This record gives sequence, structure tokens and C-alpha cells, in this order.
Amino acid sequence: MPEQLVFAMEVFLNGLMAGVMYALVALGFVLIFKASGIFNFAQGVMALFAAMTFVGIQNGQVPFAHLINAIFGTKIHYFGWEVYSVFAILLTVGVMILLAWMVQRFVFRHLVGQEPIILFMATIGLAYFLEGVADLMWGSEIKRLDVCLTDNTCLPQGINLAIDEFTFEIFGYGFFIDNLDITATIIAILLVTLLVVFSQYTKQGRAMRAVADDHQAALSVGVSLNAIWILVWSVAGFVALVAGIMWGAKSGVQFSLSLIALKALPVLMLGGFTSIPGAIIGGLIIGVGEKLFEFAIGPMIGGATENWFAYVLALLFLVFRPQGLFGEKIIERV
Amino acid sequence: MLDQTEGYVTADGRKIGGVVMEMKNITLRFGGVEAIKDISFDIREGEIRAIIGPNGAGKSSMLNVISGFYIPQQGEVWYKGAPRPPMKPFEVARQGIARTFQNIALFEGMSVLDNVMTGRLTQMQTGLFAQAFWKGKAEAEETENREKAEKVIDFLEIQAIRKTPVARLPYGLKKRVELARALAAEPTILLLDEPMAGMNVEEKEDMSRFILDVNDEFGTTIALIEHDMGVVMDLSDRVVVMDYGKKIGDGTPDEVRSNQDVIDAYLGVSHD
Ligand SMILES: Nc1ncnc2c1ncn2[C@@H]1O[C@H](COP(=O)(O)OP(=O)(O)O)[C@@H](O)[C@H]1O
Ligand SMILES: [Mg+2]
Repeated sequence: MPEQLVFAMEVFLNGLMAGVMYALVALGFVLIFKASGIFNFAQGVMALFAAMTFVGIQNGQVPFAHLINAIFGTKIHYFGWEVYSVFAILLTVGVMILLAWMVQRFVFRHLVGQEPIILFMATIGLAYFLEGVADLMWGSEIKRLDVCLTDNTCLPQGINLAIDEFTFEIFGYGFFIDNLDITATIIAILLVTLLVVFSQYTKQGRAMRAVADDHQAALSVGVSLNAIWILVWSVAGFVALVAGIMWGAKSGVQFSLSLIALKALPVLMLGGFTSIPGAIIGGLIIGVGEKLFEFAIGPMIGGATENWFAYVLALLFLVFRPQGLFGEKIIERV
Repeated sequence: MLDQTEGYVTADGRKIGGVVMEMKNITLRFGGVEAIKDISFDIREGEIRAIIGPNGAGKSSMLNVISGFYIPQQGEVWYKGAPRPPMKPFEVARQGIARTFQNIALFEGMSVLDNVMTGRLTQMQTGLFAQAFWKGKAEAEETENREKAEKVIDFLEIQAIRKTPVARLPYGLKKRVELARALAAEPTILLLDEPMAGMNVEEKEDMSRFILDVNDEFGTTIALIEHDMGVVMDLSDRVVVMDYGKKIGDGTPDEVRSNQDVIDAYLGVSHD
């Protein structure tokens, strides 16, 4: 039954792309956890915050407009301009770096040497705080997010990123894949490549790996932990931005976006909390797994298996292989 | 800049320079425990300076004060002729003071070469953006650093394990890799905390030879800790002896050996 087979393959590919998204969020977790031992509960909210900031800047929204209007009795909401996506992304990256600096300066710098559970609680606080700030800054209504995947209206003249609809044929059956998914996958691959190059071939990358491996040793070779933690939170912020934009482009920027962090948890249990390849492969397995499971088994047991499949899989892993797929087995390479 | 109160010439004809580091009345407390009690001594350029004493005497604490890991309650550390403000360990490292640890602190997940390369971090100048946009300069720097790292690796005879992950190495080799990483920084002062602890006789001889060679070849000033008196006597030019946080002797190996306080301290404890 080739029809079924082709359909299964389409499901597989779609799962792969959902997995890319999970992997991205998990990647942000792993980066921070490796470097500082902090389990960053706020990673999902960071993605939300980044996406909202991006859209806000793009649309020329006035930050904290509600607050300003309430205090001064004004009625401003928009600057009245629109910012090209590329510049909006650059500006948002700047905001995420500033956020990283503030998080380190005002929170974690004062918690050096504390128990992991305390650091974890701090990130929960951070998550709610950031959610509040995002709300206050950009408002809570759902926003559309366009990154010019299908048209060029938001890019400077002469740059062409348009991707046509993507279908191809196998065994005479047409495949249809969302071009947004393709773009997302390509961007994710680029991002991971960039991270690898950064961590393997730059001074800062080497210092980052050093801090992830041993704090004391890192200090002894002249690495400032504080500087590296700011760097790591910035990189995690950047990863959050990419995840936030991609997710937001798919289903709009809204507060539920911060919940993708919950899907990253089972990914981490599969891949291990300290393994970057683990985060990527774990993300793909869960993405593909839940789609295929829903496709093959779902109809028999009433569907909606995507809600719980990942967690059950993670639970099985916790029981039979608590160190995750890659824990201890491979040598860590960020 | 160095204190030029004249140096001296060792028995084997090496010329020792002025004072490069001076500890002035250092006192360090942990709660009620006084780990270091009002200790002063100096380290001269080009010499091998040993700190010895029984376990718990406060030797590692002293090294941690020098390298910025501990901040003393009292006293000053003078470096290159000027008092040093309280500093973070990474700042001390950037001033040209490299160290190893009693309980080995290597990057276990990295290869030997990568570990040694981290030793070059203090020497790398190019910023992140320069690295991204000025590839030539970054590459030239990387090449130079790699050559220096490889030279250190050759010098310490660990070429065969260059690519091996450190986690897989036996204890003795780990100690040597840690020395290589410290050496890669081309330090002004090299601090070694019990570089020979836990080694067999052959490994100890190798390590002694390397320490002497480093000092000889690069003129590196070395301060090293041992709790076994025998090993360091042949190695060092001058020795500080500590016991229960106090300095009980300071001088050449011969002077220290004949010092009654030192003899008593060592008779009173078991040598392990
Ligand atoms: N970080 C620390 N916290 C509390 N006590 C310490 C610490 N480091 C060292 N000490 C105490 O200081 C004393 C000297 O220790 P140490 O410097 O390690 O001695 P040594 O290296 O000569 O064996 C010991 O009593 C030890 O328990
Ligand atoms: Mg010690």
C-alpha cells in the first residue's frame, strides 16, 4: 500500500521538522546548564519574549505603551514606521544580549555557589517576571509574525528570500511540505553549524567549553566566569529568538509559546542535559516519534496522543536509561 | 620594576634575579581555623622555590592566596614591585601567574591538545568580532598558539597522547598535562601544588626532570609545594617550611635541613 507509505513518509518529515523546533529550545537549555549548572526554566519564556520583541520592533510598536499612556494620559501606540526584518532581528539580538547581562548582573551574580535547587527557583521567578515584562512592554494580544518567507515586502530592495511553494513527487504521489518548515530546518542547521564553529574555533568558544567543563580550571587559565555566563545567556537568548520567530511564524506570537519549554523537557531526558548532539537528536526523535505514533497508533486509541507521547517516552527513558541517550557514552563536545 | 636587591648564584651556576613576588604578613582564616598565620617570604626571579610542610600545614592555602583563589584577611601580596589589589583568580592568571592543582583540575571532556590550548587563552588578543570579520588575523593567531602548544607538548613528551581525551589518561599523565597547560601560558611564575603526589618513583623522577628543564630552558620562576621533604631538597633553590599555619623555616635546603624546628615538626608527624 504505497499510498500509506508515502503518507507515512510525509508524517515522518513533518515530525522531523517539529523536532527541529524542540531541539532548538532544548539547545538553549543545554547551553546554560552545561556552563553554569542552572536549569533555566525561563528558556521558553525567553523565546516568547524574543518573538514579541521582534514583532514589536518590526511593527514600530512603542514599548511600554500602556504604561506610558496610563501615567501621562497620552494615547501613543505606534511610532508609525515599520522596520525591516533583518534590522528588527539585529535589534532583538541586542535586546537579548542586554537581557543576558541583566540576568547575570542582578540575579545570578548574587547566587554564585548556591544549591542547584535555589538557582532553579530563581529561573522560575525569572520566567514569570519576564512574562510580565513582555506583557507590559508589548501587550498581550496575539500577533502575526511575518519574516518574509513568501514575499519580499519587509526586506530592503534587491534582497530576495522568497521561497515558492514546495511540492515534489515520489512514486507518482505528490508530497506537500510547508515551506516554513523547510526554512526553519535550514535555519536550524545553519544555527547549529554556527554554534559548533563558534565553540570549536573561537577564543570565546574555547573559554565557554572550558567553563562548561570545570570552573576552577577555567579560572586558572584566565577565564572570567561572569563574562562567559553573560555570553552563554546571550547565545541562549539568540537561540530562543530563532525558536521564537519560527514557532511564532507558524502559530502566531502568543503566550502559549512559552509552553514549548515543556516539550523540551522530555527532549532533555532523552538526550541528556549536557549533550548538544543529544538535544538535537532527542528533539528529532520526539518530533518524529509523536507524529508517527499519532499516525499509526493514535486512531486506535482515540487520538490526541501528541499531548502525552513525549512524556511517556521520557518516563521510559528515566526508568531504563536515566543518563539519556548520550550521557557518559560520548565525549562532550559543545 | 623588579626589586633589584641583588640576586644570587646557585651552586650549579644559575643566576637568580631580584624579588618578583613577596608575601607580606599574610594571615588567612576559615571561621575559627587559622590556615596561615602572619607569614612573609619572597620569591626571586628564576628560582625554584619550595613550600614544604606536613599535611594540613597551610601550603595549598598559601598557593591559593598567591593565585587569587583565597583572599587573606591580613597582609599584602607584592608582585613585580607593587602591592597587588584583591583580585579574582582569572585576573591573577592574566598577570602571568599559572598554576596546577593538588587534586588536578583538567578539562576532562577535552583532548590533551585542547587542554593545552586553553592555556593559551590569556595570550589571545583578537576580539570576537575581529575573529568573525578579520579571518586572516584570527587564523594567524590560532596558528601561532597552536605551534606554541605543540612545542610545550613536545617538551613534556606527551605527543603520543595529543588527541586522547584527558578523562582516559592515568593519574601520572594527567599531572603532566596539567603542567603542560600551565606552561602554555608562558607564565612569569609557575605555581605547582604537589606535582609529584601519588606518583610512582619513575614518574616522580620524570616530573623532577621536567621541572628542572622548564626552569632551565625558559627561565620560569617556579614555586612548588611538597609535603615529602626528600623530593624537593634536590630540586629547589630555597625552601619555606610551614607547620600548623606558621612559617618555621626559610632558606636553602641545607639550612632548612639543619633547622631544629623543622626537624621537630617532621619527627612529630608521620610521613605519608
Ligand atoms: N576552603 C577551605 N575551607 C575551610 N577550611 C580550609 C579550606 N582550605 C583549607 N582549609 C583548612 O586550612 C588548613 C590548611 O589546609 P591546606 O592549605 O590545604 O594544607 P596543606 O596544603 O598544607 O595540606 C586545614 O586545616 C584545612 O582544613
Ligand atoms: Mg595541600
